[in-house]
Amino acid sequence: MSDHDGSGYWAANIRLVTWLLVIWAVCSYGFGILLRPALDAMVPFGGVGLGFWFAQQGSIFVFLAIIAIYTKKMAQIDEDFGVHED
Amino acid sequence: MDLTTLTYIFVGGSFALYFGIAIWAKAGSTGEFYAAGRGVHPVANGMATAADWMSAASFISMAGLIAFKGYDASIFLMGWTGGYVLLALLLAPYLRKFGKFTVPEFVGDRFYSSTARVTAVVCLIVASITYVIGQVKGIGVAFGRFLEVDYATGLVIGMVTVAFYAVLGGMKGVTYTQIAQYCVLICAYTVPAIFISLNLTGSPLPQIGLFSETEGGIAMLTKLDMVITDLGFKEYTAQKGGMMNMLFYTFSLMIGTAGLPHVIIRFFTVPKVRDARASAGWALVFIAILYTTAPAVGAMARLNLMNAIQTGEVGTVEGNLKYEERPQWFKNWEATGLLKFEDKNGDGRIQYYNDKNKDFAAKAAAWGWKGNEMVKVDRDIMVLANPEVAQLPNWVIALVAAGGLAAALSTAAGLLLAISSAVSHDLLKSTFMPEISEKQELMYARLSMIGAIILAGYFGLNPPGFAAQTVALAFGLAASSIFPVLMMGIFSKKMNSTGAIAGMAAGIGSTLLYIFSYKGFFFVKGTELMANTPANHLFGISPEAFGTVGAIINFAVAFIVMNMSAPVPAEIEAMVEDIRIPKGAGAAQDH
Repeated sequence: MSDHDGSGYWAANIRLVTWLLVIWAVCSYGFGILLRPALDAMVPFGGVGLGFWFAQQGSIFVFLAIIAIYTKKMAQIDEDFGVHED
Repeated sequence: MDLTTLTYIFVGGSFALYFGIAIWAKAGSTGEFYAAGRGVHPVANGMATAADWMSAASFISMAGLIAFKGYDASIFLMGWTGGYVLLALLLAPYLRKFGKFTVPEFVGDRFYSSTARVTAVVCLIVASITYVIGQVKGIGVAFGRFLEVDYATGLVIGMVTVAFYAVLGGMKGVTYTQIAQYCVLICAYTVPAIFISLNLTGSPLPQIGLFSETEGGIAMLTKLDMVITDLGFKEYTAQKGGMMNMLFYTFSLMIGTAGLPHVIIRFFTVPKVRDARASAGWALVFIAILYTTAPAVGAMARLNLMNAIQTGEVGTVEGNLKYEERPQWFKNWEATGLLKFEDKNGDGRIQYYNDKNKDFAAKAAAWGWKGNEMVKVDRDIMVLANPEVAQLPNWVIALVAAGGLAAALSTAAGLLLAISSAVSHDLLKSTFMPEISEKQELMYARLSMIGAIILAGYFGLNPPGFAAQTVALAFGLAASSIFPVLMMGIFSKKMNSTGAIAGMAAGIGSTLLYIFSYKGFFFVKGTELMANTPANHLFGISPEAFGTVGAIINFAVAFIVMNMSAPVPAEIEAMVEDIRIPKGAGAAQDH
């Protein structure tokens, strides 16, 4: 494997992880804590609001989705750059 | 059949299962003892990780914590699950590619320094021992309560059980035992939750029930808010703590989770890098089943408890439960001392309200209430009393007993394994006695496991004063030392040994100093520098939340020191490049 390929693979990896971590932070720290009052007022839900749901359940579901997407996309990136396991 | 007989059958049956697995999965090599021969399927590993991670505290105490803290308890829900995202995306695949057995081994090799390795061993052992003391205490309490023996007997039975399957099977035995333990504990947790959700909201899924309507068309959470504010408590759904502290606390729990060694070593057991990524996802799936049920259990149990005592309109004489007419579960828990009633106004009825609320006090006094009469409501009751409150059959209660024990045993086993592999592999084989054969190393691994069990048992019987504080300390330590050093090892090619060691020392040191300043040095009362109140905290950050700041200090110090010291050798840069790509993971594991 050439150096060029190696850095391209790493850059693709970092790009994916950065995006997923942004979603991770927005859904937990953003929706669940910082923006909770605004979100609750905007979308009332289940007697409270969407912000409360994100804090207690929603963020966990988002975390699951993030890992699922990461696993799938990384397998694809591994293949594209030819660094996958046999 | 009576409850005691059923409990013995359920607990005995589950133990027989664990022993059977241990004999079947006896470890024959160090590879099997440390990493289960790296043949564990990612789904199976996910299940084992879930059991490993979810302790007696998750099983018994978390729902109670949520019940009384409401929205503020979201930090635990998000913090303890969000860490798995960091594990999956930032640590697990690379550590698996590195292909060794322990966390200190990675630190030692990546930072080409046995000082770094020994520093990591110290961090690991301090974090794991403090954590295991809490688990051992949980084992003693759980066995004592469920098997109706005293604390010490319960603790000894528990430790002998762990010793049997962990010493014999190592990681291999522990993995398969933890899978069985997961099945027991998740059934025990969800079955009562489903029934309670059905009773209250008509929805069989507690996750949906929490946001559904109760009888009369009022949302479950609205009703709960009404019921408790009527009695002077703060709204369940309101934020009570500071915003800054909430952010830092959640982050601290996330990176603490990602840095806990007994969780990390589980990712060494899967065959491929790809499996390590998937396995973290599966672990979170199995954890999420419990963690999304917990807020429903907490809220519903609180509502049931309030309704059971405040049976009618607040303020009317007939509105409160007569002590003579209290239900059977109330009597059962009174007998354990976890529930206590004191008839302060002598009316023979129970008044349960927030007597610390000054605005409410005048009203309460006008009704002839003379203080809160539920003088003790232990939070742990919330999960344990659930089946009885919901009037479920005895076999469900017996199942909850077996589940609580499974949760405590699986976490203790995982921690003991992390400690023993650090001692036998990192201290003995790699640092002090490199000439020993694999067979001898396996023997030392088993001996250090026995040593760790005896030490943990000793601390369980003679708990040090700081036992209650140890979980915060374990998380703070892992968050401020292990997580940053692993991150820098993988994501920075330039980070050198001096930087890493200085960072670890500064991170752990500052976190310990902050915790000790508010809680007393080594938790000795009277040595604290200032009172542990939000007004005294730096930017409102509580000692439990300081791991985040410790980690920032770790990173900052590491990068400053790195720029002032010798650069990383070329072969280490090549090694970092190698662990970043999955290809060739199979070869790396042979050593």
